Amino acid sequence: MSSIAQKRGFGATLWDYMTTVDHKKIAILYLAAGGFFFVLGGIEALIIRIQLAIPNSNFVAAGFFNELLTMHGVTMIFFAAMPILIGFMNLIMPLQIGARDVAFPFLNSLGFWLFFFGGLLLNISWFTNGGAPAAGWTSYASLSIHSTGHGIDYYALGIQISGFGTLMGGINFLVTLINMRAPGMTYMRMPMFSWTTFVASALILFAFPPLTVALFLLTFDRMFGGNFFNVTMGGNTIIWEHFFWIFGHPEVYILILPAFGIFSEIFSTFSRKRLFGYSSMVFATVLIGFLGFMVWAHHMFTVGLGNIANAIFAVASFAIAVPTGIKIFNWLFTMWGGSIKFTTPMLYAAAFIPSFIMGGVTGIMVATAPADYQFHDTYFVVAHFHYVIVGGVVLAILAGTHFYWPKAFGTMLNETLGKITFALFLIGFHLTFFIQHFLGLMGMPRRIASYNSGQGLDLGNMISTVGAGLMGIAVIILLYNIVITQVKNVRVGNDPWEDGRTLEWALPSPPPFYNFKQLPLVRGLDTYWLEKMEGNKGITPAEPVGDIHMPNGSILPVFISLGFFIASFGAIYRTVYSWGLAALIIGLVIAFGSMLLRSLKDDHGFHIPKSELMKDDKNKGVKA
Amino acid sequence: MKRWLQKWRLASVFAILALVLSGCGEPFLSALKPAGQVAQEQYDLIMFSLGIMMLVMVVVFTILIIALVRFRRKKGEENKIPKQVEGSHVLEIIWTVIPIILLIILAVPTVAVTFSQGDVSAIGKKDENGNPEALVVNVKAHLYWWEFEYPDLGIVTSQDLVIPTDEKVYFQLSSGDIKHSFWIPPLGGKLDNNPENINRFWLKVDQDKATQAGDVFYGKCAELCGPSHWAMDFKVKAMPKADFDTWVADMQNATAQVPTTDLALKGEEIFNASCLSCHAIGTDTSSVGPNLANFGERESIAGVLAHNETELKRWLKDPELIKPGNLMTGKYKELNPDELDALAAYLMGLKVQH
Repeated sequence: MSSIAQKRGFGATLWDYMTTVDHKKIAILYLAAGGFFFVLGGIEALIIRIQLAIPNSNFVAAGFFNELLTMHGVTMIFFAAMPILIGFMNLIMPLQIGARDVAFPFLNSLGFWLFFFGGLLLNISWFTNGGAPAAGWTSYASLSIHSTGHGIDYYALGIQISGFGTLMGGINFLVTLINMRAPGMTYMRMPMFSWTTFVASALILFAFPPLTVALFLLTFDRMFGGNFFNVTMGGNTIIWEHFFWIFGHPEVYILILPAFGIFSEIFSTFSRKRLFGYSSMVFATVLIGFLGFMVWAHHMFTVGLGNIANAIFAVASFAIAVPTGIKIFNWLFTMWGGSIKFTTPMLYAAAFIPSFIMGGVTGIMVATAPADYQFHDTYFVVAHFHYVIVGGVVLAILAGTHFYWPKAFGTMLNETLGKITFALFLIGFHLTFFIQHFLGLMGMPRRIASYNSGQGLDLGNMISTVGAGLMGIAVIILLYNIVITQVKNVRVGNDPWEDGRTLEWALPSPPPFYNFKQLPLVRGLDTYWLEKMEGNKGITPAEPVGDIHMPNGSILPVFISLGFFIASFGAIYRTVYSWGLAALIIGLVIAFGSMLLRSLKDDHGFHIPKSELMKDDKNKGVKA
Repeated sequence: MKRWLQKWRLASVFAILALVLSGCGEPFLSALKPAGQVAQEQYDLIMFSLGIMMLVMVVVFTILIIALVRFRRKKGEENKIPKQVEGSHVLEIIWTVIPIILLIILAVPTVAVTFSQGDVSAIGKKDENGNPEALVVNVKAHLYWWEFEYPDLGIVTSQDLVIPTDEKVYFQLSSGDIKHSFWIPPLGGKLDNNPENINRFWLKVDQDKATQAGDVFYGKCAELCGPSHWAMDFKVKAMPKADFDTWVADMQNATAQVPTTDLALKGEEIFNASCLSCHAIGTDTSSVGPNLANFGERESIAGVLAHNETELKRWLKDPELIKPGNLMTGKYKELNPDELDALAAYLMGLKVQH
């Protein structure tokens, strides 16, 4: 009897999440799916490190190794780091700016499902006989065109589909931030995380179209006999490199800016101080976003673009160090004179500064064009970008997981376990990647499946592998922490860290689905802090209690994404199996049919009547 | 907090210790042991930029540690509300202007070296006698092997690049199939072998440094090019100009070797039947596979195996085991142990130097 009830409960929950348009639930979907892919990418990384631990290792075959390194990169960038950050944006940004949801809730859901089915599509390639893509996450055209099997086809279509989702997410956040700020929430009162969401979304808007174009060209070359990158037919492979990096460099900032935002919130919260130099932080964020589009060719110094191009792009890349430096010093001086409480998120933030600085330092070094002729495509570069992405983005994701967990789930992750995770992860991270700077300079190219002994590379690689193991253990402890926290299910109040400054901490954990019963009146930066300092319990409302207009849920986003997912198999196997063409057509019919249905069927949402809101309030009072 | 700091310190001490143990790499492979002008200039730039950046790191780390220690929330301060500071224009100007100055200081040598190392105007220039001024080598990368052609000398070889020391050698890089990248770390940074164009640069070997490295440097492919990317190594033999000239003369006068033993004679027959359609022995550049004129004098087999008959036979028996995805596998009939012995004896006898 009870088991049936539970089953129904699970089915209902699943249906609820599949049809939800609530930004907080979509955020949980993003975090869960992104977390899953993060673990997957981590396992791939561990296999890579085990293979490289000793010279001439035969743990995995060379071809499989290339699949691993490709999928590790693609998974971590497109299907782990970005979705998890978009998850945090979804969870926090509308709360921070005092909105009841994002501007386009339906698109928000569609964005998630496109990303999810894209990631699924790509990972299904592991189980096909051609294997996963093996041309690196950059998938440079001559190798990807030369590649046999269907791995590259899965790469092109998987990223294309999820890229549509990301682009929708970016546009959605931009419109939300421009149109849906609460009364009094001027741009220069927006919390730093919302600002970085704004700039990262703008970067998504401008950076993803070049990738979309490049992937279409690749798709046409691979599946429909196009010759855009076929040199013997007059094509050009270097065009791909330009396209890829015009997307690829801003992509780095799409990842790191929200990370900066999360850390900005953590620094000021646990230092009990407002962010030092808030306006210059905003200025620096916008400037980094702008300069991010001016430097892509520094990934191509060895392609042979010529002295003038190399010199210009070297100096342009240097320029990015200036706004980044401004940010670092502003964080330092946010702590200076504060009252710093070393919670788990704050430990991550404190460790982020030295870790990220080391990545920034090597960033300037690799921007020095003639020196980069040595660094390029070696383990030095591997070390550099892992210092930036793990030391910046992943530390931010781990910090944000601890910091925002109560806001998403209403419980607190265990602090002791959190600190153990932190210590193991940080030590493992430095152990893995610090030595790789030297491996690169000692002559180890990146993306090599093995190496002979007697080249002075053995010890460094072994140390690196040990470090990777520590990071793996740290992640397992985090997962354990998550499980026991949810099993114990100790509920917490609005402001569990006690030093919350921004609007999200004025709401219950988790907030009601309509977020704000009354839209808040924002009276300055760090509104909630201002209210607390004046002795107020809540935020001053900007409107009387009234009916709230909310959107209806919909299953259509799942069907639109599923349609593209099915069509992709059709496109890939169109000429191989007889069902290919049929699958292509059926998939597109499902996708466009669902879109048509959405367009033709009016859905005006629903209203929560005032009386019900008042009742909600009473229930809360009883519970507390 | 203190415990954390200690752990962090321990980790970095361990890393540095490991580094000291392993030194700066091997002189034939490491960019940290430059053996020529280009690598030296790049090494100097690396150290210069690192120096400037260390300055920044020391400042940041110092402020960070002081802030973390001095402003931690001590017992009894649970209700302390610090002063809410908006910012400081003076400080903000300082940490904007100083980095700009530092970066300008770094930009000057960066731009200068970019142009000086990218100067290839000597290619194609003739002296008053009509002879080429500089030695030019055409480097053509293929799936998992390297072809070196000396256009002005009429020589073609593969896998072992032979160059004179103490003079600028110019390289023209291209690819026979997909993108590769040509890198000899102790001699200088890399440049890509693109399928659609020819890239040019120069390197220069210092004779003293070459002697220290054992006269042979390791070269690598630095661009992912498939399953055997890791094994796409080549060797660079650097020698004084006089020795180089002798080698050139030997190569130019190389005549078809007459095998001296029965075994090698049998090997020649097998070679002519099974291998000759792809591998030339001479100055032919049109062959599909590597030219084998001086195979017996090579530094390695297939770029990654030791140069002896055992390894050669292992390679010939099943190249796919050594270099998956190579274009030689399956192009010839399977060889039995006797045939392998004969073919190995013949190949090892292919020498041009007297």
